[in-house]
Amino acid sequence: MGFIQTWLPYILAGVAVGGQYALIAIGYTMVYGILRLINFAHGDVFMWSGLIMVYLITILPLWLSVILVIIFAIVLGTTIEKVAYRPLRSAPRMSIMISAIGVSYLLQNFALYITGGLTKTYPTIGWLQRTVSIGSATTKMVTLVTPVLTIVLVFLLVMLIKHTKIGMAMRAVSRDFETSSLMGIDIDRVITVTFVIGCALAAIGSILYFSNYTGIQPMSGAMPGLKAFVAAVFGGIGSVPGAVVGAFVIGVAENLIKGIGWTNFSDAFTFVLLIIILMVKPTGLFGEKNIDKV
Amino acid sequence: MKKFLALMLTLVLVMMSLAACGGGSGSDSGSGDTIKIGVFEPASGDNGAGGKQETLGIQYANEVQPTVEIGGKEYNVELAIVDNESDNSKAVTAAQDLVSKGVSIVLGSYGSAVSIAAADVFADAGMPAIGVTCTNPQVTADCEQYFRICFLDPFQGTVLANYAWENGMKKAYCLSKQGDDYSKGLVNYFIEAFKKLGGEVVEEQFPDKNSDFTSYVANAKKNGCDVFFSPVSTEAAALIIDQAEAQSLGMPILAGDTWDSNVITGAAKGKNVEIVVTTFYQEGGNPEFDSGIKEWMENNADAKTNNGGNTDLAAVTAMGYDAYFVALEAMKAAGSTDPADILAALPELNATGLVCGDVTFNEVGDANKTTAFVKKCNNETGAWEFVKEQAAE
Amino acid sequence: MEKTLSNKTKLVLSIAAIALFLVLVYVGDNTIPANSSWKMLITVIEKGSIFALVAASMNLLNGFTGLFSLGQAGFMLIGAYTYAIFTIPGKSHEAVYQYFNGGLIQWSIVEILEGKLGIFGHYIGMFIPMIGAGLLVAVVAALIGIPVLRLKSDYLAIATLGFAEILRAFFQWNSLGPITNGSNVLRKYTTYGNAIFPVLVSGICIAIIILLINSTYGRAFRAIRDDEIAAEAMGINLFKHKEMSFVISSFFAGISGALLAMFQTTINAMPFNTVMTYEILLIVVIGGIGSITGSILGAFLFISTSEWLLRGLDAGQWLGISSSLMRPGFRKVVFAIIIMLIVLFYAQGIMGSREFSWDGFINWWKNLPANLKAWPAKRKAKSAAKKEARARKAAAKAKAKEAKAEGEAKRASGEALFTPLPTSDEVMVFGKEGK
Repeated sequence: MGFIQTWLPYILAGVAVGGQYALIAIGYTMVYGILRLINFAHGDVFMWSGLIMVYLITILPLWLSVILVIIFAIVLGTTIEKVAYRPLRSAPRMSIMISAIGVSYLLQNFALYITGGLTKTYPTIGWLQRTVSIGSATTKMVTLVTPVLTIVLVFLLVMLIKHTKIGMAMRAVSRDFETSSLMGIDIDRVITVTFVIGCALAAIGSILYFSNYTGIQPMSGAMPGLKAFVAAVFGGIGSVPGAVVGAFVIGVAENLIKGIGWTNFSDAFTFVLLIIILMVKPTGLFGEKNIDKV
Repeated sequence: MKKFLALMLTLVLVMMSLAACGGGSGSDSGSGDTIKIGVFEPASGDNGAGGKQETLGIQYANEVQPTVEIGGKEYNVELAIVDNESDNSKAVTAAQDLVSKGVSIVLGSYGSAVSIAAADVFADAGMPAIGVTCTNPQVTADCEQYFRICFLDPFQGTVLANYAWENGMKKAYCLSKQGDDYSKGLVNYFIEAFKKLGGEVVEEQFPDKNSDFTSYVANAKKNGCDVFFSPVSTEAAALIIDQAEAQSLGMPILAGDTWDSNVITGAAKGKNVEIVVTTFYQEGGNPEFDSGIKEWMENNADAKTNNGGNTDLAAVTAMGYDAYFVALEAMKAAGSTDPADILAALPELNATGLVCGDVTFNEVGDANKTTAFVKKCNNETGAWEFVKEQAAE
Repeated sequence: MEKTLSNKTKLVLSIAAIALFLVLVYVGDNTIPANSSWKMLITVIEKGSIFALVAASMNLLNGFTGLFSLGQAGFMLIGAYTYAIFTIPGKSHEAVYQYFNGGLIQWSIVEILEGKLGIFGHYIGMFIPMIGAGLLVAVVAALIGIPVLRLKSDYLAIATLGFAEILRAFFQWNSLGPITNGSNVLRKYTTYGNAIFPVLVSGICIAIIILLINSTYGRAFRAIRDDEIAAEAMGINLFKHKEMSFVISSFFAGISGALLAMFQTTINAMPFNTVMTYEILLIVVIGGIGSITGSILGAFLFISTSEWLLRGLDAGQWLGISSSLMRPGFRKVVFAIIIMLIVLFYAQGIMGSREFSWDGFINWWKNLPANLKAWPAKRKAKSAAKKEARARKAAAKAKAKEAKAEGEAKRASGEALFTPLPTSDEVMVFGKEGK
């Protein structure tokens, strides 16, 4: 009992942040599954969703702001895909990745220009930020809401992928890009839908994440983005449930590491985990074996 | 075509550099009655927010007093502002850029590491520099050219330790930012002084770009500490305050001069968190300055944005204001606009009429300051309340 | 091709040009007063040459071997620290390592050798830790490379990025404080006196990289880049060559780290983050992936614009233009947009995969008037071609749409139908827009 009392705050924090990473990680894993591209700009879309919320809430009611933030994220994400990734689709993979890094650099610098580098405080969303006590731990309501909401959303997403036509198309494209295009699947549409889903989830994630950690600055998206990507790799890139499991593992582990006093290496740990996974099981927990074709 | 593009780019570059070079030297000789003061502050990066607030003070001072009489001649004062990006590798080129622009004296920077990095550039050029709020002793220690108008970390650390001990706090949780020499330095001096008094210490660091402070707050509680000491940048501070509230920290948070900022009072307003800081400036100490700068910010949208959207004053702004006047005093005393003459006049300077107290320099180049103001945040009004003046002894 | 120069003339020309540049830098640094704007040019040349070296080393890896590695900042970090730690004079240790009782290492290689060999020893003392920095980085890279280089392109990128972050956390670790000074800056170490030093060292290193690229190893690297499987089939040991390229590239990154430490006069681990790696990568992209001269040009272009010539964009006035849009941060936005334009529309960068050559230069110079005269016509032709292509594409699209509408109409009318595979035109529409 004493053990649980000591560690409960860390585990709660880990589960909460894990859920938020999960929502970002889904965007990474789906895009990678289909385009074989690490979308470096995804973390910045996440940051921008938070930033837009800060500005919108000053003039609009909450429910409308939330909807507009999600729409904004979707528009931003699909525009990035259209402008920066689509023209390079037939180019070498390195070029498209460089383009992703360039977009990320642009989004960060633009945020820097708009905010002036000052930290923006995220608006208080009513009961999400209320304090609750569970046993020995006190925490914010959002900590409890996040995992539940994450699991519900992921369930819906998995249903979508398994049982709808577009979901089937997505699975086909991620299995074999060229063949599926020959089979008459509208590749562009599939990719757009992928970005729409990924960005919408990132926007929801940003609402939860920034309600918990209420400061936004231009670099706020970089670290969560990288960690979410590691989560996606851990779970097996391309696998949605895998990304979610990976995200929860990373969230809990990094908080426990801080708890035992190794605070210096809490971020480094994420990368150690990544490298170990890549060495031992590059396909991740739930990934499928990829065969190279000549 | 490609080659054409390459050459065009190179050509444009050469032309631009010629324009930059030509323009620079032209204005040096051309307009004799303008004097330039260099402002070496971060406007981006980790310390961007603080750097901007410090720059605001300098800009306001320039607005209040745009001319200076040196040796019987009236000069217009022009500010040359560069962004050192809170980054040591960019600081060197930024500092050289100032020197190349022909400034007579440099003010700044917020953040000690960039000041230390730039010290050699200023030393090579014989350029006098006045540190505004860089409290690390190393800034002035081996640099003849660097002076500063604020107190130092060893002093501030001792003051904070004394305050904590006198208020019955026996065990301190110290949190600094990894790779940030300001917070790490201050924590070191605090620990040294606090242990000497008989206190107990738990020390931890958080990695940069971290925004999850849940576990640090939990660690402080787990270790049964009496005080949470975290003299970190304001970005992290707002997040720490938020988590402290969410987890009912139950102990006062103690911090240094960086926390004397409207970011902190904004974050602490309406929350059940006790915050105590030591600082340079006591708000209300100079009503005329207070109301003047508030009015200026109210009428200047850019300034208000840079101050974080309201007109509440940060201590660094007041210090920036003072630094400008110290620079003017130094020029008057030197009777010249030549950096070398100003440098020679600085050690003997006695600047009075400043908002944060008079400034004289000791042999190292540090201001002789023996007291710091202790302030406490009022959680209802979101304003600072004066507690006491505390000396190191 | 017109008349080409003999190899001897080319060599003489190259040596003369380099010597002239070095002399100008040397004399410039010695004579230009610090408050002159020209001094800034020297500073830019110093930093530019350091970044030219690290960009060239990254290009060796990314452009010539096809290994997309993002660990450059981490390797520079090791290089910078190694150099600094071993050259802090004994008497300064107390001040530098003020929180760690003067640190663990109480001597400086420079001091020891200077005491024995005088001024000559001073320089030897600077070179030993600098080369040592490179070697240490090479050893670390060799160890990292064994597991990491078996990964595929983007996994490799993210793994090397991760290693760089781990290294940074490691160097900031308080327990290593007596050596690395933890979170605090290292300073007071020996630096160079004249801007010619980094230019010369970078120049020599880049020359070695160029020689390597033109050797059989270089050809093997390029074979791996172009087609791994084919290269392996040709008998090239993949791992051995990848590891070699990785280690050599890291060695030079380490040297440039040491030079950067000297340039900055103080170092802390914080700025060696992913943003720094991205900036180096962008230099390589601007210059042209696969061109060393491109990387050199890119480095000078990047450093001079971002840290000097575009600064006016932040201050509200630039080249006589002033606007309220120009407030702090604007410079970086403009810069990022320029980079995106290059990535999207000039994916080849300035030089593509070509190198500078005297023949090309002279031919270009000779043909310049003619080319300039022909330029408007060429442009017109090009834009006409573009217009035509666009029209063709639009027509194809319209046709596809029509076909689709027709199909849908058929489906709506309940006619049994066989959906045809997309016509080749349609595939073209989505597939080959890049070129």
